[in-house]
Amino acid sequence: MENKIQLSKKDRMSVALRHQFLQGSWNYERMQNGGWAFSMIPAIKKLYPNKEDQVAALKRHLEFYNTHPYVSAPVMGVTLALEEGRANGEPIDDVAIQGVKVGMMGPLAGVGDPVFWFTVRPILGALGASIALGGSALGPILFFVLWNVIRLIFLWYTQEFGYKAGASISSDLSGGMLGKITEGASILGMFIIGALVQRWVSISFTPVVSTIPQQAGAYIDWTTLPSGVDGIYQALKLYAALGPNGLDPVKVTTLQSNLDSLIPGLAAVGLTLLCCSLLKKKVSPIAIILALFAVGIIGRLLGFM
Amino acid sequence: MTPITILLVVIVALLAGMEGILDQWEFHQPLVACSLIGLVTGHPAEGIILGGSLQMIALGWANIGAAVAPDAALASVASAIIMVLALNGGDTDTTAAINTSIALAIPLSVAGLFLTMIARTIATGIVHAMDAAAEKGDFAAIERWHIVAIFMQGARIAVPAAALCFIDPAIVTDALNAMPKWLTGGMAVGGGMVAAVGYAMVINMMATREVWPFFALGFVFAAINQLTLIALGVIGVCLAILYIGLKDLAKQGGGSGGGSGDPLGDIIDNY
Repeated sequence: MENKIQLSKKDRMSVALRHQFLQGSWNYERMQNGGWAFSMIPAIKKLYPNKEDQVAALKRHLEFYNTHPYVSAPVMGVTLALEEGRANGEPIDDVAIQGVKVGMMGPLAGVGDPVFWFTVRPILGALGASIALGGSALGPILFFVLWNVIRLIFLWYTQEFGYKAGASISSDLSGGMLGKITEGASILGMFIIGALVQRWVSISFTPVVSTIPQQAGAYIDWTTLPSGVDGIYQALKLYAALGPNGLDPVKVTTLQSNLDSLIPGLAAVGLTLLCCSLLKKKVSPIAIILALFAVGIIGRLLGFM
Repeated sequence: MTPITILLVVIVALLAGMEGILDQWEFHQPLVACSLIGLVTGHPAEGIILGGSLQMIALGWANIGAAVAPDAALASVASAIIMVLALNGGDTDTTAAINTSIALAIPLSVAGLFLTMIARTIATGIVHAMDAAAEKGDFAAIERWHIVAIFMQGARIAVPAAALCFIDPAIVTDALNAMPKWLTGGMAVGGGMVAAVGYAMVINMMATREVWPFFALGFVFAAINQLTLIALGVIGVCLAILYIGLKDLAKQGGGSGGGSGDPLGDIIDNY
């Protein structure tokens, strides 16, 4: 047997580097095909020394392709393994290669979208944003570094995994593993979204529900406080004991404090569920966003928000 | 703005535009893009706060398949530049500048959507040029066309950004100061609510009957203020592992239990 042509680790790495630009020429006709061919070029050059084979390979990889840009990495790994086999004379035809690509891209996109776009990014984004709201540079840095470390590790190791597993991987795809990852991601995602709705959707209704005079002792009697530092000490001590309601002789209850005593954030969750059902009825998100701004302005004008 | 500042802004915008399509390094996410614009224009703290606020709104924006989400890249870059102009123009309230920029980001994200569609249509022509190059086995030409496409996507954001830089800051500030209190206040109220839309998009993508209880759990756990987001993340991961593990166990139990799934019944039957 003559020596086989093999893709070295360096070749695979150069494909992985290019693979990051997968979506660069995303188009309505064949979607990610340009980026895919662009990524395959180092491998094609290495595997097929003669021009005819190169042309055939380029055409083969300019066919329709579209998946989530990160989970495309294992598909790339498997394709590299198949092309390597073909270059060494194994009977792998165009249909087989295109079949593996198409067969993998669908189910994998179904994992990539919920895992990366709807779980990891919202979590890291919310983490970074909550720090950033205080003006700290740690927020954006944390988001940027964590995201890219996770991404680069994922891209490289899943491509290697695909390359080593070769064609056998596509039969595993329908198995339980992917389903479990998707399910786990949606559980974590829903949990975090629930938390984010509570923390970051802010609605505040300002109308006053009741104004009740408080009993003596339930509020700080400012007229009887000793003067000077003693008075401040006394007032702070009372404040610590009585809470914010102790500042005034009358207790003002707004609609918001009533709602908060049920569950803080009840209005926020109501609004979110309303948005869910509007989106399901095919109302455009932009329309909802503009409507919310309008509600905000009207609410402020009429003085109830 | 000085020529160097404008150049730096355009570079950031170019990166944001490229990433808007590539979706890898995430330079187009508001948290990164606004912070960078703030950094190069000398308003880092304001840029970071704007980025954080917009990020909360844009959490659920993602391109799925061929569907395109509101454009985070143009929204963050353009609104950050407008905020910087307002701050540079002289006396203005920082909070008002940030809040107005948040409200402006929404129509900008729609405008960005149209630019994206145009760019993706032009890219169709580019891949036809790639086909022709493939016919000749011309590797260099394919690479060149792909890079052209990436820069075209960058220009989608960089060109509007550069144009914005030449607006007189005084005009922006005056416009901002001329806004009545109820309008800026109302936009701040609206800004507090719009995050719900992004979350709703994510929920609709993931929700099944099985996972709704986890949403409720997340909601009530978050009311405990001592729990940080990281703590909540740990709880969420544990819940997911426990749930899937238990479900697996239940399945196995059902499989090996001889089919009836009723051990007591089996004993009685055998007796």
